Amino acid sequence: MEVLRNKAQDLLAQGQAQIVIGYEAGTGGIRRPSFARTAADTARLVWDADCISNLAGYLTRPEIKRMGKTAIVANASTLRALLQLTAERQLAEDAVLALAVAEDGTVTELATAQAVTDHVAALPDALSAADREQMNLLASMSREERWVYWEKELQRCIKCYACRSSCPMCYCGTCTMDCNKPQWVPVPSHALGNLEYHTVRAMHLAGRCVECGECGRACPVGIPIHLLTCFAEESVHQQFGQKAGASAKLDYALGTFRPDDKESFIR
Amino acid sequence: MATKVATQFEPKITAFVCNWCTYAGADLTGTSRTKYQSNVRVIRLPCTGRVDFMLIQKAFARGSDGIIVSGCHPNDCHYTSGNYHARRRWMVFTELMNFIGADMRRITFSWVSAAEGAKWAALVDEVTNTVRELGPYTEYQRLIDAGVA
Amino acid sequence: MTTILKISAESLEALFAALGDSGRRILGPTETDGRVDLGEVQTPAQVADAHLQLTLSAKEAVFPRVERLLSYKTMPGKVELNDAEPDIQPTVLFGLRPCEASGFGSLDSVFNWDSRDKFFNARVEQMTVVGLSCTQADDACFCTSVGGGPGSTKGSDLLLTPLADGHYLVEILTAKGEEIQALAPHLFQPAVNEDKEALLAKLEPHFDREALTAKLPGLFTSELWAEQSLRCVGCGACAFVCPTCACFDIQEEADTKEGQRLRCWDSCGLRQFTLHASGHNPRSAQAERWRQRIYHKFSYFPQRFGEAMCVGCGKCTRACPVDMNLKEHLTQACGT
Ligand code: SF4
Ligand code: SF4
Ligand code: SF4
Ligand code: SF4
Ligand code: FES
Repeated sequence: MEVLRNKAQDLLAQGQAQIVIGYEAGTGGIRRPSFARTAADTARLVWDADCISNLAGYLTRPEIKRMGKTAIVANASTLRALLQLTAERQLAEDAVLALAVAEDGTVTELATAQAVTDHVAALPDALSAADREQMNLLASMSREERWVYWEKELQRCIKCYACRSSCPMCYCGTCTMDCNKPQWVPVPSHALGNLEYHTVRAMHLAGRCVECGECGRACPVGIPIHLLTCFAEESVHQQFGQKAGASAKLDYALGTFRPDDKESFIR
Repeated sequence: MATKVATQFEPKITAFVCNWCTYAGADLTGTSRTKYQSNVRVIRLPCTGRVDFMLIQKAFARGSDGIIVSGCHPNDCHYTSGNYHARRRWMVFTELMNFIGADMRRITFSWVSAAEGAKWAALVDEVTNTVRELGPYTEYQRLIDAGVA
Repeated sequence: MTTILKISAESLEALFAALGDSGRRILGPTETDGRVDLGEVQTPAQVADAHLQLTLSAKEAVFPRVERLLSYKTMPGKVELNDAEPDIQPTVLFGLRPCEASGFGSLDSVFNWDSRDKFFNARVEQMTVVGLSCTQADDACFCTSVGGGPGSTKGSDLLLTPLADGHYLVEILTAKGEEIQALAPHLFQPAVNEDKEALLAKLEPHFDREALTAKLPGLFTSELWAEQSLRCVGCGACAFVCPTCACFDIQEEADTKEGQRLRCWDSCGLRQFTLHASGHNPRSAQAERWRQRIYHKFSYFPQRFGEAMCVGCGKCTRACPVDMNLKEHLTQACGT
């Protein structure tokens, strides 16, 4: 932890970064985002196994961008999202300095998209074992059971949009949900409104979701909503062979095509 | 005494078709006086590239029991690649909807060219029969108005 | 006048049965897969007890997340308009925390401010609140800083406090509470010398709410709000779970033949909330939205209604994806 704090202090002192985004201790000791702009602020920074949230969403915020060069304490999710945001041209290549902290506390500076790409390539799969198990369980159900499962889960959704707001890839200034001339997706959190919202969101994240699980963690009512976006992402991966968050150069899977794309259902 | 005829369920089917191939194909079915079932409401769009997946959901939300999506064969799209783009989206959408548990037997994708009037008639008949067999899409229709106090 | 009695666990079960027999629906915290929601219960055993708080608040019972106000059909030359007549059952809200129970007062101020809201009032009339005192509190709680407390009777018609011997102390607070007691008076016993205070969770006040309210007008242009809100992601979670947040949006769902008008929850944390048709947004930055949330609750509302629009339940803190701890932020504001 000291290594990280010192590193952050050095970066700020030497003007290599004007802000360091990391984690600090929050209510009851949980980890929450932290923003260090002065030497004193860096004392709040912590790093441990509980620092699981994806911080990359802050990188595209105007408030943060205005502050100058950003360094970010980055776990695997944050790194993947950083690459994907670069691929989608939301961040200039090499605009952000990523700080990868190893288990022993040593800090590696990843200053280029290439360095991040190489680092990420060596990391294990994004989806947690528990999520993988849940995905498999759902796949093994009959489709009627799956329908009932999602009907029940989605009926709990209050459309607070914490999932969207927490997702680093949901950066659109005006989301489809907010397009109201005419209102395309219903605003109310009734059954149809919720189903349409979450289908749209999953479709819009297909080929873009870095499977960090942030949206599911953000949900105040505990809906495992990330399973939908992760499923859509994996569908893209399996069918088109490309994975979001693996490289800073990636064409949008659903913005392109190959004449020999292989399906089995069109008659 | 009048005999009582059991009223058979007549499904509502919505077809989203492209203007240049399938719509013309369906027109040909008509002009060549081929008889086919009348359960389908055709919605003409410029291209399959315009068939947003939301249209499919909206059709179900308005009570459709089955859906047909159809356009030009690969390589024949009036806009060169609208159908290729559409195909990719459908490839993900169908898997996603299946993961959500939607009844995918109710959505049929097809390529029907302007010359394939007979294929259109056969497709409509087949889809109508399948969906009639499946009955009303109550699973989806029970969502209408659900969650409103 | 408050009547103080006692009830045993067995008698409470019998009381549930009596409530059911009287045609009342009982809603209480229920737990499925570790998630605590307000659900229908028939027996006390079905009521979750390990939880501190419901995730969502019980405001749902009087201010549903989506509610039909009216519907209409258009026909050649005329429109047929139907006011919604919600089907409302007599309902007992059982086991609400004192903070949550007192939240109905704030809602009442809003929904009966200038005109009386038909839907809200119809639901409140049919509702009886059975509160349950808190014997524990967590780091998000701050009821004692905003005029409440773990044993506060405000908002409850009847308040239960768990006693060491498995009984509950029963405070009968209102006429609705008396009606419940009258359903089965034999189930209640006299309570002698019970020290309620000793049973309650201990929670020291963290800040002085009135001092905060006095201070806020001078802090409007402070950098504090931008600082605090830097990590806020601008969702609606805090407002939607809040027992006192009353903002709603009116949505018209219609086609060419028929339509309905729905009222649904809205939140000042969302960018869309203040977006004008012109494209101008008077609260264009999250800092401004966060400030609005604080000022509405602790400045504007107290100026109008004499108390904070916050009961210190901490639900917003627990629901927030990035741990925007309200108690901490208010304490900081007091010290600025
Ligand atoms: S959709 Fe969910 S899991 Fe995917 S990148 Fe966004 S927050 Fe992460
Ligand atoms: S965070 Fe949860 S409750 Fe909120 S909109 Fe997303 S799924 Fe719905
Ligand atoms: S603002 Fe937060 S603490 Fe206050 S009443 Fe609302 S949810 Fe509870
Ligand atoms: S304070 Fe938390 S819950 Fe409220 S809008 Fe901000 S991020 Fe969402
Ligand atoms: S014009 Fe027919 S599919 Fe594009």
